[in-house]
Amino acid sequence: MFRNQYDSDVTVWSPQGRLHQVEYAMEAVNLGSATVGLKSASHAVIIALKRASSELSAYQKKIIQIDDHIGITISGLTADARILSRYMRNECLNYKYSMDSYMPLNRLINILGIKMQHCTQRYDRRPFGVGLLVAGYDDDAGAHIYQTCPSANFYDCKAMSIGARSQSARTYLEKKLDELPSMALEDLIKHGLRALRDTLPPEVDLTTKNVSIGYVGKGTSFKILEEEETAPFLALIEGEERRGGSGGGGGAVEGAADPLRESGDEGGAPNRGDPVPQVAMDTTE
Amino acid sequence: MFNSTHSAPPPFWSNGPAPGAFYNFPGTVAPVTNPITHTQSPVTTSTSIVSITYDKGVLIAGDLLASYGSLARYKNCPRVIEINPNIIMGAGGDYADFQYVKSFIEQKIIDEDCLDDGLKMKPKSLYCWLTRIMYQRRSKLDPFWNNLVVGGIQDGVPFLGTVDKLGTAYTDKVICTGYGAHIALPVLRDALDKKPNLNLNEAKQLIKKCMEVLFYRDARSYPKYQLGMIDVDEGVKIEGPISVEENWNIAYMT
Repeated sequence: MFRNQYDSDVTVWSPQGRLHQVEYAMEAVNLGSATVGLKSASHAVIIALKRASSELSAYQKKIIQIDDHIGITISGLTADARILSRYMRNECLNYKYSMDSYMPLNRLINILGIKMQHCTQRYDRRPFGVGLLVAGYDDDAGAHIYQTCPSANFYDCKAMSIGARSQSARTYLEKKLDELPSMALEDLIKHGLRALRDTLPPEVDLTTKNVSIGYVGKGTSFKILEEEETAPFLALIEGEERRGGSGGGGGAVEGAADPLRESGDEGGAPNRGDPVPQVAMDTTE
Repeated sequence: MFNSTHSAPPPFWSNGPAPGAFYNFPGTVAPVTNPITHTQSPVTTSTSIVSITYDKGVLIAGDLLASYGSLARYKNCPRVIEINPNIIMGAGGDYADFQYVKSFIEQKIIDEDCLDDGLKMKPKSLYCWLTRIMYQRRSKLDPFWNNLVVGGIQDGVPFLGTVDKLGTAYTDKVICTGYGAHIALPVLRDALDKKPNLNLNEAKQLIKKCMEVLFYRDARSYPKYQLGMIDVDEGVKIEGPISVEENWNIAYMT
């Protein structure tokens, strides 16, 4: 039933200094299907792999629009994601109503982080079992991809992937890291699709049914492409030789210097210098 | 015992409320149920604000007087203020309400600074936010008795907007409130028709002229005023007190 005696309550520490319930919630993110986010200087793109719960059902929606300038893609418990997206939509609308301008993305992520943190510190709550990749464009701060976790950590990323077998996508993105800032939107989508394809087992391929693409950028409101609209982009990467696709571990890792993440304080001021990677990736946590 | 020498029988119900009226218990005074009305008219008031946009910024001027009705009570009451490096603001009407509005605008700026994300509020946002606040207060029948004029630089472009105690708001290239709306506004509009794109010097001369005319014509005005400037290149400056050049020669019969 329990993995150990210290995981029955969110707020109870284990003697090793861990909060097991929070760590289990982090695992929920790895159960969701993979999703990829990446950005250039002018655009942010999110691409998600959709799953159908049965042959008879439709594919579950993975990308949610928050406002004209923000969209999210989810991995984990869909119901929790809907609570968070409703909250984010609400905050954006309230901001627009009182301030007559779009909510700055970093501020939205900050208050979202606070909301998520509360339930990791109360005995009558549980952490949100969902990870988000938030794509947004601010006139002041430019394009951004943020990653949020059930542990209420959030990271400002150059590119990121979360969800099942997402390690392969991250490995792909790491290789393209230097080229990303100057890329055109079409190339961003292409690389995003390749990264996503790397998470698939060999017998499965990306189709118009199981892929959705969202993007936002300078002068472009957030837009979701589904079904036929994704076809031209899928055609661009069709027939290419597929790479390993060994799958690899699940979630994005905690701590450690991660080359995909922007350096500096998490969620801190934008436009900090580029990070110098120390280790490629730590997957032990 | 049963003879009927009694006249009318006693009433069934006495000391009770008359039909349709409330009962007052003995020994109590009926409460006065009128609502509080002292916030529905101003007490210590200041007069017009005169403001204008020029090619690279905005000027807002307001004199230093606060009056009790027609009594010139306080003679050093500044009401043109810097909000942040993007915004200046002028206010007319009840001076206490202005001080209160000022205090929570300042708190909002402090809150924003504490986020430390490098973002600074822009004038359009403040203008919108104040509109929401002014309208909410008038809807509570307890309005802030002010005319607020917000000026600033919105993404490199001069911005000028105003909101009154009812929450009525608009933006324009020239805005005057109070008596100035009658006296100074036609002067400024006329000048702008003749030359739509003023430079700083021309705008300053116009403001100077308006403050002079207003001092002569507006009995609640004062010959000392402040001039708030916000410029794309120069940033914010609040100048003053500046004195109106008075000439009363014409007042003497010769």
